[in-house]
Parts: sequence; C-alpha cells; structure tokens
Amino acid sequence: MIRGYAGKFLEVDLSTKKTKETIFAEEILKNYIGGRGLATKILWDRLGNRWETINPFGPDNLLLFVTGPLTGYFPGGRICVSGKSPQCNGVVGSTVGGEFGVELKCAGYDGIIVSGKSEKPVYLFIKDSDVELRDASRLWGKDAKQTMTLLTRECRELLKKRYPLFGEWREPAMLYIGPAGENIVRTAVVAAKWAHAAGYGGYGAVMGSKKLKAIAVKGTGPLPEAANIKKAEKLMQEVCDNAYSAVLWRRWGTGAAGYEVGADTSSEPVRNWQEEWHDEKSYGVDQFENRVWVKQCWSDFGCPTNCLKVSVVKTGKFKGAITDNPDYELQAYLGPNLGIFTPEENVYLASVIDDLGLCGIQTGNVLGFAAELFQQKILTREDLDGIELKWGDAEAFAEMAKKIAFREGFGDVLAEGTYRAALRIGQIKKIDVLRYAVVAKGIGIGAHGIRSGKDYPEDISYACSVQGGDHTSTAGMPLDGPGSELGEVFNDSGVYCNFNSFGLRKNLRFEFYEAVTGIKLTAKEWAHTKGLRILQLQRVMLLLGGPDVSWKPLIDDDNPPRFYEPLPSGPYKGKTVDRKEIKERVKSYYKAAGWDEKGIPKSQVLRRLGLDNVDKVLEKLRQ
Amino acid sequence: MAAKKNPIWIARDLTKCSGCRKCEIACSLSHEKRIWPEASRIRVFMLVPGVEFPHFCTQCKDYPCIKACPTKALTISEETGAVLVDKKACTACGKCITACPGRIPHMHPTEKHILICDLCNGNPQCVKVCREGEWNVLKKVTRKNQAYHLYARKPEEITRDLCIKFYGEKGEEFL
Repeated sequence: MIRGYAGKFLEVDLSTKKTKETIFAEEILKNYIGGRGLATKILWDRLGNRWETINPFGPDNLLLFVTGPLTGYFPGGRICVSGKSPQCNGVVGSTVGGEFGVELKCAGYDGIIVSGKSEKPVYLFIKDSDVELRDASRLWGKDAKQTMTLLTRECRELLKKRYPLFGEWREPAMLYIGPAGENIVRTAVVAAKWAHAAGYGGYGAVMGSKKLKAIAVKGTGPLPEAANIKKAEKLMQEVCDNAYSAVLWRRWGTGAAGYEVGADTSSEPVRNWQEEWHDEKSYGVDQFENRVWVKQCWSDFGCPTNCLKVSVVKTGKFKGAITDNPDYELQAYLGPNLGIFTPEENVYLASVIDDLGLCGIQTGNVLGFAAELFQQKILTREDLDGIELKWGDAEAFAEMAKKIAFREGFGDVLAEGTYRAALRIGQIKKIDVLRYAVVAKGIGIGAHGIRSGKDYPEDISYACSVQGGDHTSTAGMPLDGPGSELGEVFNDSGVYCNFNSFGLRKNLRFEFYEAVTGIKLTAKEWAHTKGLRILQLQRVMLLLGGPDVSWKPLIDDDNPPRFYEPLPSGPYKGKTVDRKEIKERVKSYYKAAGWDEKGIPKSQVLRRLGLDNVDKVLEKLRQ
Repeated sequence: MAAKKNPIWIARDLTKCSGCRKCEIACSLSHEKRIWPEASRIRVFMLVPGVEFPHFCTQCKDYPCIKACPTKALTISEETGAVLVDKKACTACGKCITACPGRIPHMHPTEKHILICDLCNGNPQCVKVCREGEWNVLKKVTRKNQAYHLYARKPEEITRDLCIKFYGEKGEEFL
C-alpha cells in the first residue's frame, strides 16, 4: 500500500452545493505523485477532450487545491493551486507556503476539487470530515487583512461552539481571495497569511468567478503515516542541517537579492526591464532591514530557512503599512521595476498589493508596462484616468493598482494582465505595443533576467517552460540535468518548498519520497518517464489553450522582444541574447523534450508514456 | 508534595518565534510517533499572521490544574516538576482547562484524555529543535522560585500584546 496519502479527495460542486469524496487509484498516485502532477492528470482526464472550449472563468473550469505525499514531511509546507489558467490558458502548478496543506492532510484529504459556480459569495469550512459551505457575504469586498481577521474569529467561534470540551482552538489554515479575485482580475492570487500567494496562473480570479471567497481548514488528525518514519526523520534533519549552514541566506531571505541581482548579476527588472542593473545600496540587507523589519525569522510549517520576514513602515506617510520582507520578487517588481528604490515605498506598495489580493509579480509587470507606455507617450494622462504613471511615484502606482483590483476605468484594461492589455491597447492606439510586454505565453516573467547570462535561468528558460514566465519553473537542458524543469515538476508534485532543496545531494528528494510513500523512484525514472509524462501533458494543454488565446510554438516559444535589446547599463552593458542562437536552442530543446520540429509532442513519445488518448487529441494541432 | 530532584523550566521568548512549528513536529514525534500538530503538547498559535507563539504548560507554583482535577489524574513529576497525566484516570472532563489561567491544556484529538507538557522527562524535544535552528525561543533552565504563573496566559491575551509590539496602533485592527 502506498503511504503518505490521506487517501481521498474532497469534491465540492458550488452550483449544486453538493460535496463528495473521491479516491484516486494507487496507480495514478504513483505516476502523478500529487500537487502539480496530479492536478495536471485530473484536468486532462476531466477537461482534456474539450480543453480549448473551457472558459477559465466558467462553471466548467475546475479549481484544485492539491497536497503531495511530502507535504508536511519535507521541511517547508506548501499547497498547490491549479486549474485552467486564465493567464496562459494551460495548467500552472501554483504553490503557496503555509499550513494549509498540512491541515488539509490532517483533516483527511489529499486535495479539494472545486467545480461549478455559486450564486452568492461562500466560503468552505472544513473540520476533519465535517464540511460546510457558509455564507461569505460579510467577507465579500474585504481586503486580505480584514478577511483573515473576520474569518479567524468566525471559525474559532464555530469550533468553540461545536467542540466546547477541546480546550482553546487554534485558527484554521486559510486560503482566500481579495477584491482582485472577486472582480475576476487575471493577475489575482489565491493568498494565505496576508502576504503569501499562489500568484502564477491567476487562480484568484478563478476562485472569484466561482464566488468562493475562502477555504478554512482545521485538521485534528495526524499527518498520514509514512512508510519509514525513522528514515523520514533522518532526511528531515539532513534538509534542516543543510539549511542551517546557509547563514546569510537564512538571515536575509531573498531580501539580499534586491541589491545583488541588480548590482552583481545585472538581471533585475528596472523600469519595465529597460535596464537590469542598479547600484542602489540602500536597497538590500541591513540598510533595508533596519528601517522596516519587525521580525527577522518568519517560517511556514517545518521550515528551517525562514526566508520570510515581517515588515512595517514605522514613520512617514506610509506609516502602518505591513507586509512580508518583501521577498526579492516583490522587492524588484514593486521596486526598481517601477523606478522605486526606498524600502518604505516598496513595503507600502507591497502591502497595497497584498491587501487587494493582487500578484506582486504580474501586477508589477503590468504597472511597469503601463508606465513605460506613459514614458513613451503612447498612453497619456487622460488614458490613465488622470494618473501620471511616473517612475518612482509609489502613490500613483498604488492608485492604479486599486483601479486594477476593482476594474475601474483604465484599470479594467490592465486587469487583463500585460499580454492581453497589450493586445487591447494595440487595438485602441493602432500600434504594436507587444514589444514592451515582458511576458512569456501570457505570464509576466519573474524578476530574473537572462541577458547578462549571470543569473540562474537559461536563455530558453522562459521560452520553453510549460508555465511561461514562471521563474519557479524554468526550462533547462539536459532534461535529466540539474537545471531541468522536471526538478520543479517534482518539487511542485511532492508539494514542498523548493527553497529548502537548494544545495541538497542529488538523490535526496527521491529517497525522501521513498521513505514517505514506500515507493521506489529513481532520478532516471523521473526524468524519462513519470516527470516527463507530466511535462508532456502540461505542454499539450498549454498548446491547446483557448478559448480567448492560444499559442503557436514557432512564434510563441520565444523570449519577449525586450530580451533581444542590449543591456544599456551596468557591468554587462551591451550584452543580449541572439535571436538566431535562441531559435537553434529552442529546436534543441524540442528534440530533448521529445517534441517535433513544430514544438508538438511526438506521437511515439506520447505512446511510449502511455498517453495514446492525448496523442489523438493532438491531431488537430499537427495539421 | 514530593521533593523535586532536578526541576527544570522552559524559558520562553515569544517575540522570537518564527512560527515554524518544529516544536510541534518534535513533540508529536516524540509522544505520538507521528507528525500530529493537534496532538502536540506545545502548540503554536497564529491568530494574527506574523504573531506566532508557542502555547504550553508553565508549571505554576500552585498547580491549579492539579487541584482542579476530580480524579487525581494529574500529578507533579518528582524528577522534573512537570504535570504528568495518568491517561487511564483522566476522564477528559476539562476542569483543568478551566482552572488554568492560560487555558493551556487541550484534549487529545482521538483519545479521551488531556494533553499537558511533560517536559520530556527533563530533555524537552521542542527546546532541542528550537536551539538547533538558533531561534532560541525556548531554553531549558533550572526551575527556581519564580512567578511562573505569569506566563500562563490565554492565546488572545498573548496575541494582543505581541500584535501591538509588532504592528503598533495598526495592530489593534486585527484583534
């Protein structure tokens, strides 16, 4: 028997308000593991034959919350959110840190499958096997902090009333959306703990389209039993000891990168990626921390790294703004990318973004895009509802972020995300503005550029990823090598934090998987069969796309135009990537991944992987 | 009451808690041989994000829980000073919870008895993991004659103070 699983999923149909339990066959769990892999399989099985027709915001789309066997065991708990993405129209395994995955497993569920659409705002309350859809009209319209405050209070009162003899009830773990998700903004997140977010994919908007404000879960059972708990404990210790040895990494989290990725590797977005270099020393380590951090170590379940910190603006006009560090991505995207270089403004903007339930990366990307169009005089003050989107003006960006979250005025255009906004603006202005859009297949690129060649992504990492611009799922060659996307597919399917896997010996994760599940898995088997199978399914659904947009590999398996412009400043001034070389490299990737010269997975590869029915569906793309 | 041979206490600096819950993992592995957060004798509360802290027995000098127990299921460990639960004698009546100024004891999720920190027989596993990661929220010290009951506070009370400490005036909105 396979271990490490609770053994069942909870299904919730919001149209009929009915719930049921579903059990997946062991064979499926062995092959697709959990999280991203299992979500991909569920989506293919249930929606694959009509994928192009599925509207991400329609009742037919599924919203999935999936744990993995390693959730809670491998230090650094996460949960994977998925469904048909309204950003790339494929499948994104979007993970968020916190206790939700652990609570869900302790409640007896490996995951939740949400279908249909509620007429009125609801939230899902789970206490072990007691499952209830509850009225959320009181929560609708509330920001992140208000939502959590109200929901924590309400759920604890419920628990106390129903189980008065237990003693003090702790808060349940929660996932929720802010106003942006409610208003079906494509850059909306599914959030946790004020400042944690499953950002990539845009699943906050899917949750909003279903009128599901939040899920709160309290599980009082143990984590599903591991096959070999002693071995699992040993491996937990090894992962922690490895993390403990990285002193500065624990000290600053990703915050040190706010300076270093700009100054050293020269791969940080500055003013919508017009530059990737800055030397603003106040934008990193203690000069940043001493002004805003109130908590130096902030961890999610079992995490030894505590890369998160808590920040509060203590003085000035943004006094009282609260967020996490911000982590590097938001430091960059809501900082230098908007011409902002002070910790206070950065913390303020990040707190606005958190509260609205927006994705800091995608929203920072679209705000930077709009600001550059303003700089280029393509968009005017009038177009922008009177807001002058000048570089460095945190208040102007905050005002526009609010318009995005509520789809007001021009915010309604930007709420479509950078790619779709570029298409809209292009129509209105009769000019191609896609050249300013730093996206890959509808997903704004994470804050790690490729032009200097000094950061971790390869030059085809975003172009060939099955999750577009997602910097936590970058493609690399060879596919069985350390830079391969298949490594991330495993992390997101085992569902644990990839940050705790930095620097570990190569086979540790597979040993960990075996200790928990009792199933042997080799790196080779993962790269050539199981992992590759998940990758192919993701690729297929990405290419099927629809209904509003779909991708043509020979055009869209490419970098954004900006990455072909030479870097204008910094130690790597003049460096860029070469279009011809990229074309060749993309071709090599096709070959390595088992895709034909048009970028479509080959029949023989799919058949070898047992994906014959997938192969049939692809006939329409091959013509 | 019997003389204590080597009484210890767990000193606690709640402001440093990262919320990693390694203490719960260590406690439940040690007592239940499973990772089982709600069966842990030490539990991290997060009523407000960023305001995490461990909630566990403070071994008050007058042990009000022991006095309140109608079945004599609770005793003081001669070795460490911990409150020990006789699982068979405990009827899960919850009187100790009411008697505790911090409402710290809670029920075992599946068995009919109360859960109270037993100081791991003098070698607390929560302290070990907290020190390993250098958070040092928890430290083992020798038990002396101090006002330990002051630490026995309800989660809401602790949350209120820490919330104001971290978030200032703004913190009042989250209570």
